[in-house]
Amino acid sequence: MDKEFPIKIRVVNLHKSFGGNRVLRGCDLEVRQGESMVVIGGSGSGKTVLIKCIIGLIRPDEGEIYVDGLEITQLKEREMNEVRKKFGMLFQGGALFDSLRVWENVGFGLVQHTQLSEEEIRKIATEKLRLVGLKDIEDRMPAELSGGMRKRVSLARAIAMEPEILLYDEPTTGIDPIMADAINDLIIQMREKLNVTSIAITHDMKSAYKIADRIAMLYQGKIIEVGTPHEIKGSPNPIVQQFVQGKSEGPIQIL
Amino acid sequence: MILFVQTMSWIFRPPMQGREVLKQMEEVGVRSFPVVIITAAFTGMVLALQSFTGFKRFNAESMVGTVVALSMTRELGPVLTGLMVSGRVGSAMAAELGTMRVTEQIDALYTLATNPIKYLIVPRFLAATVMLPILVVFADIIGILGGYLVSVQILGTNPTLYIRKTWDYLEFNDLYSGLVKAIFFGMIVATISCHQGFSTEGGAEGVGRATTKAVVTSSLTILISNYFITAILF
Ligand SMILES: Nc1ncnc2c1ncn2[C@@H]1O[C@H](COP(=O)(O)OP(=O)(O)OP(=O)(O)O)[C@@H](O)[C@H]1O
Ligand SMILES: [Mg+2]
Repeated sequence: MDKEFPIKIRVVNLHKSFGGNRVLRGCDLEVRQGESMVVIGGSGSGKTVLIKCIIGLIRPDEGEIYVDGLEITQLKEREMNEVRKKFGMLFQGGALFDSLRVWENVGFGLVQHTQLSEEEIRKIATEKLRLVGLKDIEDRMPAELSGGMRKRVSLARAIAMEPEILLYDEPTTGIDPIMADAINDLIIQMREKLNVTSIAITHDMKSAYKIADRIAMLYQGKIIEVGTPHEIKGSPNPIVQQFVQGKSEGPIQIL
Repeated sequence: MILFVQTMSWIFRPPMQGREVLKQMEEVGVRSFPVVIITAAFTGMVLALQSFTGFKRFNAESMVGTVVALSMTRELGPVLTGLMVSGRVGSAMAAELGTMRVTEQIDALYTLATNPIKYLIVPRFLAATVMLPILVVFADIIGILGGYLVSVQILGTNPTLYIRKTWDYLEFNDLYSGLVKAIFFGMIVATISCHQGFSTEGGAEGVGRATTKAVVTSSLTILISNYFITAILF
């Protein structure tokens, strides 16, 4: 990755606990403009909490987050709302609006923030759905879709506004391998064509190696290692090795 | 309470969610209409029956029309409508928002730079505050009609006398006080139910709890505030 690109997102010493459960304990992360960062880590290690902090859905207990140099953890709701216009987020569970049709879900941001007509929004929605490999489902309700389809609709919604920063929470889990690879290609395309900065969370190492410029591993509330896919693969850290090789024996305690 | 203030602060800020408001008005108003009508009709009818029995003891049967009209407009119209709406609409609001909370749909709204108070709560609040008084007007009319039917058809009261007794004693203030109450009840149901839905935690079970709590709390708040509104304003 080119060193001259400015830092887009910087997370400094982030702490977050839920009751006595200390999820993030001094997490640091830097993502450069146009970079595709993949965060890996065990289930329940706090990956989702981390990206929810970055987009201002969860307020951290301590630490700072800079987006384009602006510290966001102390922002008022209205100011945060403006910052969020730079973001698109794919939720782990989809989080589609049950009461709206598929195309209205995809075009939601356009309805709220642009003056485009209904037909234009529908057209854009159709086009974004095609990008994620879906067609002829514009008028269905989210409840009528399979889990994998919901996820892809959610992805279409996240990219509909063509945001500068995309956060993907497990974009390929629950999706068949061929479609998963198509999603990987889409994520790469988003970066190459639109110069999007992205943070993706995944358990799927194949996908991580494919889409990442750099990979960061979250363990016990801290980022313990950051590097290119190649560096991560060859990491001397036994914790990282155990994770990327998917072994049950090693320093990571299962129970 | 904080939610109420936030809601008020978002009400007049553009963009207006016109479509959402209309959808909610249909939900609160049109869909509640049958329940409210049945409640009002039978309440008017039983009022006529009961007050007839009572007034007969001191030969004041002719006052039945007055009693039915006053009770309906001042008390039972707004209170019963408020309670029915809190059961029907308040529970739906809490369940819907609660589900949206636990399935991260509310988070998704934030990420789409849309304030959920503006998008979800303001339309519900407006719909309840506008539709409740309208429902109460219908409830009043139907209740009085129910009383009339029972008195005239079953108890054999003279129809003209009944109507005259209703009109002569009914003041504008009676109707007006009922409608003011209805506006308050609308705000109470929407604010409490949305608040419960919004602060839902813990999956499907949490949604169930939020729904129950929304109905119980808004019903009790209606009954308690009803006393104070009456005592202070009228
Ligand atoms: N809103 C919340 N309230 C209480 N605890 C929470 C909340 N959100 C997350 N947690 C806790 O924080 C921890 C980390 O959760 P998180 O969802 O970030 O895990 P994750 O790394 O995304 O896991 P997975 O890969 O399974 O999605 C978990 O122990 C979870 O119970
Ligand atoms: Mg997660």
